[in-house]
Parts: sequence; C-alpha cells; structure tokens
Amino acid sequence: MTLTPFDLGIVAVVALIGIGLYGLMVLRNLVKMIIALQIAAKGAVLALILAGIASNQLNLAQSLAATVILVDTLVAVIGLALAVQLHRTYGTIDLKMLVSRREQPLEQPG
Amino acid sequence: MFVISLALTIVVCTLLSIRTKHLLFAALWLATSNAVVAAFLYALGAHEIAVIELSVGTGLVPVLFVFAVSMMGHLSSVPTTSVSRPLAYSLVGICALLILFSVPSLVSTSPPAFTIGSFSHVLWEDRGLEMLLQIVLIFAGVISILNLLSASRRPAVVRTREDTSAVGDDQREFQREAV
Repeated sequence: MTLTPFDLGIVAVVALIGIGLYGLMVLRNLVKMIIALQIAAKGAVLALILAGIASNQLNLAQSLAATVILVDTLVAVIGLALAVQLHRTYGTIDLKMLVSRREQPLEQPG
Repeated sequence: MFVISLALTIVVCTLLSIRTKHLLFAALWLATSNAVVAAFLYALGAHEIAVIELSVGTGLVPVLFVFAVSMMGHLSSVPTTSVSRPLAYSLVGICALLILFSVPSLVSTSPPAFTIGSFSHVLWEDRGLEMLLQIVLIFAGVISILNLLSASRRPAVVRTREDTSAVGDDQREFQREAV
C-alpha cells in the first residue's frame, strides 16, 4: 500500500483538527487556547487545499485559504490583546481563576 | 518519503506546542509547525498559499505570541483541564471519523464544467469584493487592538485586597490614582 501526498494530507488534516479541538477542550490557559485555535485553523487551510486538488479547482481553493489565514491571524491578534488586557486587570489568564475572580464582590472606591 | 516526514513533523510539532508548559516554547513549536505546514502545501502544489502561510504563520504570528507573552510575563501554564480527558478524546475521535467518512465523497466529486483562471485572476477579479472586505477587516482589527491596549491606561475598577496583593506595582499605581 502506497500513501500518496493526498492521503498524507488527509492524515495531517485529521491530526491538526483533532489536536486543535483537544487543546480547546482541555486547556485553560488563554494563550494556549489561541495556539490550539491556530492549529485547528491550519488543518482547515490544509483541508481547503486538498478539496481544491480533489475537485480540480486549486486556484479557487488557494484564494479561499488566503481568506482563512487572514481571519485566523486577526482572531489570534485580538485574542492575544484580550489576554494581555485580562492579565493586566485580573493578574491571571487562567480561565477558572478568571471566573472565580469575576464572582468576587468589588470594593467601592473611597 | 519526504512528504511522509513532513506529515510526521507536523503532528509532532503540534503535539509539542500543546503539551509544553512554557508559553514561549509553545509559540516556537507553533512557528515550526506552521513552517512545516507551508512546506507541505508547497509539496502539494499550492505554491502561492505556501508562501503566504510561511510569511504569516512563521513570521508574523510567533512574533505576536512572543510579544504578548513578554508583556504578560506569564511564562508557564498550569497543566489543568476544563473538560474530562475521556470526553475530549471521544469527541476528537468522533470528529476524526466524520472527516475520514467525508473524504470518499469529496474524492469522487466530478471535475467542474467551467474553467478557473489563474490564482491572481481568481483573487483580484472573481473575488475582488471579498478582498475589499478583507482590507476593511484588517483595519477593524487594528482599531480594536489599539482600543484594547489603550484601555489599560484607564483605571475602571478597584479590586479587593487579595487581588491588589496579587498584581504588580503598575497596577497599584493605577488604583492609587483611582482613589
């Protein structure tokens, strides 16, 4: 049995999306969650290219993949800015600690 | 053989970027993974998107991660879970099965009746309106980041005593100004 690059691409897509989903479910650190989201998005880009190869529309698939890369980068940038802001405000980027700190009553100034 | 090694390297690098506790190392493993994905795309024949992926995924994104981690000074993550691992494994397995079952229908799709032009023609002519929207998206992203990062100069809340002891000196200065 000989594996073609297309078959290996399918394996890579399954691995990337699987690892990304697993990271999104298991991790609690915001930066690690953004990394997991990036990994899943790379799987989506690879899946688009493979679909373009299979349907003989590689150029259309590449233009769509460029859009996915752009949106993925924007999501990462905004997520990182939010993480920095949360770290400045609450002193942590752990999701569980953030939820527990939100539930604490705040003292009024003065 | 080259493509097999690329696929294996992608899996190993992504696993390491998820598993490592050090956030800076996780960003570097992600950059390595993106570089190998770009090489894989080039081997598949998608040359243009491989170049874009290499420049964005390996050049821009790791710099952003390193910048954010250095701003937070939060260099390690606690290895805890929000969902139980068996549930996560089973959900990932279901997703993998769904993808694998959808592949035969994808491959058996007949080729299109119409012809598609070159990459630049598709990008700038057929999808010109979407490209304009993407430019608007980029500007919206930049404006939102500037708003988010400048919001830290305005002290909005005064935290409890435990929280105050947990934050740095700059945060205490903000609170003194607020009071």
